[in-house]
Amino acid sequence: MNLSRRQMLILLPAAAVAWKSVLAGTPESSPNYTMSEHWWGMLIDIPKCIGCGNCVRACQAENDVPDGHFRTWVERYHRSDWEMTREGDVTPNPLIVPEVISPDGGKEGFPAATDESGKYFFVPKMCNHCADSPCTQVCPVGATFISPDGVVLVDQTYCLGCAYCVQACPYGCRYIHPEKQVADKCTLCYHRITKGLTTACCEACPTGARQLVDLKDPKDPIHEFLKTHSVQVLKPQMATGAKVFYNDLDGSVR
Amino acid sequence: MSTFKEAGHLFRFAGLFVLAFLVFLVVRHFVVPKSFGEYGHYRGAAIGEIAARPVHFAGHAACESCHTDIADTKHAGKHAGVNCEACHGPLAKHADDPTAMTPVKPDTAVLCVRCHAASAARPKDFPQIAADHSNGLACETCHNPHSPGMDATPAAPAKKTASAGGAK
Repeated sequence: MNLSRRQMLILLPAAAVAWKSVLAGTPESSPNYTMSEHWWGMLIDIPKCIGCGNCVRACQAENDVPDGHFRTWVERYHRSDWEMTREGDVTPNPLIVPEVISPDGGKEGFPAATDESGKYFFVPKMCNHCADSPCTQVCPVGATFISPDGVVLVDQTYCLGCAYCVQACPYGCRYIHPEKQVADKCTLCYHRITKGLTTACCEACPTGARQLVDLKDPKDPIHEFLKTHSVQVLKPQMATGAKVFYNDLDGSVR
Repeated sequence: MSTFKEAGHLFRFAGLFVLAFLVFLVVRHFVVPKSFGEYGHYRGAAIGEIAARPVHFAGHAACESCHTDIADTKHAGKHAGVNCEACHGPLAKHADDPTAMTPVKPDTAVLCVRCHAASAARPKDFPQIAADHSNGLACETCHNPHSPGMDATPAAPAKKTASAGGAK
């Protein structure tokens, strides 16, 4: 066989493309789901949260979360009037901190508050599914990763249980499963969202305070919401690219 | 040729390196999972395994495909935005095969107060009920949980449960 240089230059890239498609293998199992068409996140509307704990219970039921550990939990903040009047001080007073409670992660709700003064609000917390997540960067074996559709997942058959990721997460969203001895965390109900369902916490939320959002879907109402509301993420200074968006978040929330 | 003869020990040493590299390749072939590196520095097949976990909450669309009457009542009332399984719990088993599992009716004494018990911490515009509101009567004596406003009459099942509650 005698190949000219011209033929060679055409054949080589063609072979490279063919080899790439061989490497890519068969498409994924969910037939109507294409990972590259999604970029998942969550919207949490603080003024709508009533602190019922439905999301925490639903998450435990859906994902078999062991007692005492949480993939999502709810915190109740209380900023006293006294503290709020001091807010205008020129130098921040480190002693002024809100009272934060989260009895059993808020699973059974919260004790009734009788002190009418000050400002109360509930902050549901969960994995922020960061686009530049610190937890996936520290894994020594490649057991935790950001999926092509933007969900931070743990490969529990590959995890060693070294807990580096538990320490690396600035939001405290990971734990070591007491029986499996591997890292466990919110999967954004990956087994549900790939089937076209919403997450268990969103399904169970009675007020719509939690909403699953797909940032790659141009029809998703999140785009309009982000433009018209004061939306923040937790710890923006850490540049984690968090994708859990909080509407009307109080500045005292950490 | 004499130069190569003197360098024989170097070739043996190089051979050792080649052998070690081949052993490394063979071991790597068996130790590293097939799908590792498919999308990045992780096992690509893990995504499919996580996606294949069982679903427990069927989703309100599944409920409403059969229970259309209750869905209509609910959508007309104040609980229109509350999904079925928010109160009834995870019922994917029932949705897959209605005969396999019959849902247990939630106890309104526990259920309603989770959201509606009065607390200064809840948003001010959210309906809140003081502890002495009903004098110990069950919520559903007066309110239909699927459409709780007082202008709506309590649904027939409420009476049924009231008698069942008395029998207990």
